[in-house]
Amino acid sequence: MMIDRKINQQISSPEELANVAAEQLAWQAQYQHRVFVCMGTACQSVQSGAVLTALQAEIKSKARENECLVSPGGCQGNCASAPLVSVPEQDLLYQKVQLSDAEEIIEALAGKPVGRLLCDNKSDFFTMQNRVVTNHRGLLNPESIEDYIAAGGFSALLKALTDFTPEAVVQELQKSGLRGRGGAGYPTGLKWSTVAKTRAEQRYVICNADEGDPGAFMNRSVLEDYPFRVLEGMAIAAYAVGASKGYVYVRAEYPLAVERVTKAIRNAEKHGLLGNKIGSMSFDFQVEIRLGAGAFVCGEETALISSIEGGKGLPCPRPPYPAESGLWGMPTLINNVETFANVVPIISGGAEKYATIGTPTSKGTKTFALSGSIMNTGLVEVPLGTSLRKMIFDIGGGVPDGHKFKAVQTGGPAGGCIPEEHLDATIDYETLMELGSFMGSGGMIVMDDSSCMVDVAKFFMQFCAAESCGKCVPCRVGTAHMHDMLDRITKGEGTMEELGQLESLCDVVKFTSLCGLGQGAPNPVLSTLRFFKGEYLAHIVGHTCPAGVCAPVGQDIRRPTCAL
Amino acid sequence: MRVVTLKINGQEMSGRDDEDILHVAREHDIEIPTLCQLDGISEWGGCRLCLVEIEGSAKLSAACVTKVSEGMVVNTESERLAGYRKTIVEMLFTEGNHVCSVCVSNNNCELQDMSSDLKIDHISLPYRYPLRTVDASHDLFIFDANRCILCTRCVRVCDEAEGAHTWDIAGRGIQSQLVSDLHQPWGESTSCTSCGKCVEACPTGAIFEKGKAAGEMVKDAKFLVYLAEMKAEKS
Amino acid sequence: MSSTITSNTNDVGTLPKLATVWLDGCSGCHMSLLDMDHRLLTLLEKVNLVYSPLVDQKHFPDDVDITLVEGAISSEADLEKILMVRERTKILVSLGDCAVTANVPSLRNPLGVNAILERVSDGALPKQPDTVPLLCAHARPVHTVVKVDLFVPGCPPSADTIHLVLTELLAGRTPDLHAITRFGL
Repeated sequence: MMIDRKINQQISSPEELANVAAEQLAWQAQYQHRVFVCMGTACQSVQSGAVLTALQAEIKSKARENECLVSPGGCQGNCASAPLVSVPEQDLLYQKVQLSDAEEIIEALAGKPVGRLLCDNKSDFFTMQNRVVTNHRGLLNPESIEDYIAAGGFSALLKALTDFTPEAVVQELQKSGLRGRGGAGYPTGLKWSTVAKTRAEQRYVICNADEGDPGAFMNRSVLEDYPFRVLEGMAIAAYAVGASKGYVYVRAEYPLAVERVTKAIRNAEKHGLLGNKIGSMSFDFQVEIRLGAGAFVCGEETALISSIEGGKGLPCPRPPYPAESGLWGMPTLINNVETFANVVPIISGGAEKYATIGTPTSKGTKTFALSGSIMNTGLVEVPLGTSLRKMIFDIGGGVPDGHKFKAVQTGGPAGGCIPEEHLDATIDYETLMELGSFMGSGGMIVMDDSSCMVDVAKFFMQFCAAESCGKCVPCRVGTAHMHDMLDRITKGEGTMEELGQLESLCDVVKFTSLCGLGQGAPNPVLSTLRFFKGEYLAHIVGHTCPAGVCAPVGQDIRRPTCAL
Repeated sequence: MRVVTLKINGQEMSGRDDEDILHVAREHDIEIPTLCQLDGISEWGGCRLCLVEIEGSAKLSAACVTKVSEGMVVNTESERLAGYRKTIVEMLFTEGNHVCSVCVSNNNCELQDMSSDLKIDHISLPYRYPLRTVDASHDLFIFDANRCILCTRCVRVCDEAEGAHTWDIAGRGIQSQLVSDLHQPWGESTSCTSCGKCVEACPTGAIFEKGKAAGEMVKDAKFLVYLAEMKAEKS
Repeated sequence: MSSTITSNTNDVGTLPKLATVWLDGCSGCHMSLLDMDHRLLTLLEKVNLVYSPLVDQKHFPDDVDITLVEGAISSEADLEKILMVRERTKILVSLGDCAVTANVPSLRNPLGVNAILERVSDGALPKQPDTVPLLCAHARPVHTVVKVDLFVPGCPPSADTIHLVLTELLAGRTPDLHAITRFGL
């Protein structure tokens, strides 16, 4: 049985690429039926690998290998319904598939779908998304460069190399209005042009895949599903800024992403799409992978660079920015996974088309990881400017189990909690900032009336205190103090005086910390104080926890005092 | 290199564009508080006491690592900055166990001086009282972690001026601690040359000479500037 | 400072009331107070020393104008006393490092009460005896327990410093001390 077609040739021109794509499409077309089993981390965690094997075995046992092809696929987004199996020609999505379902699914390929497994793929969750970065919607074997090429992969790179000067690529990026997807939203084209303008013998391109925000898994998913696209985006960036060496810095906690990126680099090199003389041009771009050892602060660009250099992951004061003096003191372009993944559609579809999506200042789409108290936990991609209400209640399906929506937390530990009265706010860099939150990399944690907002603030502060690198005093000591104060409040030991002290510490830590970790650490406290001050007062003055987290509702949260 | 003119606290002055705000200010008798900066070793930017306001920038900048530029308007003193500095020094007092009265560096301590310069007469943040150790295993010196403010001056002086790199910081966040070699007792360190530079560089009584009693440890790190100059001439 | 103290007569009964309290400290601050020497005599013309380890008065009176507190809050007895003192005092002054920072008494804080007891009694006292006031978990600065109106760091603050503190307070002013005293000293 041939479940994968492997090519061996070097690809050195757009024509050769088109030929490879055509051959692969023809090979795919000989199969009457195609089935994709999601092999993302969420689906694999509920045995989608075994489902894949079972389906393939079923085909073999029915001797239908020549008409059916079951391939590993990517993430469909609705991870809550894992494992997921899609049948594209019938436009079907099966959810919560068991090994015992294999026979029925294969039998149903030409006929009536297996009703009890059907996932409503016409629901708002699917129809209201706009998938640009995740446009293959899981119908692509993430490990097959042939499939990626057949789906148009690497044509943007070869187009850039043959039709664009490096300056033109930068201009195209600037025209697209793309902003950094790591969180801060710095204009990508501007960053590229800064690096490109430096005078240096060597420049570097780094892909920041050290996603570490609690509740965030967008980058993981994009890396797992689209490793080639991220590498293609990096190569285009390298061409634009004049870099010949790149690094993907990915956290070791993402073993599947590490495996796929590592394989993808090797595969792309084998076919001349990375490495020396890409596309037979005088453009060299070597990519290496570097694993993060688990420090959250290594997502901060200067700390990440220090980590790649082999040093301790400690941030450095900026300026100088990495664009000027980064890896080994050389100009370095560092962008997030999703930023690089956006480059490909910009180059292949054109900046103008890309810029039609989104708002005037926040262009394009953004992936979000929906989690917490929400029906459709999973990965979604929406145009920037989508309202939070649409995101949570239409796409996300609302809050389950009869609970009432309370707040949505965006932006990770540097973000904030947005309450119900602001649900009509749009998701864009500026609006979220005005609400005391932050775009961040795209984590979105929905909380219902069973969440205590003081406890939530304490959770994030504990995270920041544990992840503080310890280099600067306000973050090292301030986060520890703020955590202790929040802890005392949740135990009914807080005082109004201490609450004032907490607020003033927020101010000090926010404005004096060295890097974004410390500067953002007070945000969850500030935003919960802004929108849920009543809950703080209930703990401090009334010694009760309205959500029933710190003690059952109505009960005193103070512990019985002991003599010592 | 070129010469630029700038204004610090309303005073017109000039400086080289490879100089930082802290040094240009100092040349003009404007002292900006700092605990981690030490002439003769690299800048660190960790204590955050030298934060200053620069006109046109919403963020505060660490004077020790921010280069001067033409037309820059800097303000090193304001109520806001004073408040921040006070809180940061308070944080240092609460982070360790600083008991000035019985410290070898009593009256010769930069942290103590800083508290009085910033008019700190009590600590309003809660003390943390961490359990820390005293390492007296070295023949000549003692390291008392209770008094360490993690400024890393010893780490840098040992690495850059002595070339031994005996000291470094282990752990992170509030768990950060100064360690010698691979977290071995200082006396068992194979890299330490016993040069004593860390003693002179340490701003508090954390690293001191054996045999010194309360208030007897006086430090002087000015030699580091000459060392750095000689090194620069040689290379 | 919340209140001013006015009195010009030499009638002891109408003079502002001064108290000094000795909690967990070495009495060095009181020694320093005595070091004012002859100035004590002029000072005592202006205040009525109503309570102090230096005078024979068992009961802490009501409506004290100024109380100088030496020492940290280390035991249940200290705690009870400072709460009472605060209640009966207009201007509460933390005098010296033990009151201001907990100073030497705080050296035990990282270790915990049990470890200390075991060490000092060579294992004979695994628990606190009930014959003496119970030790608090930490020796604490006074202001962490009650509101303090003026801080006079120093170990001890000099006689000059204490003199300035008292004369300024009696004149209804808040003394500026940062140039003459500090932690440790």
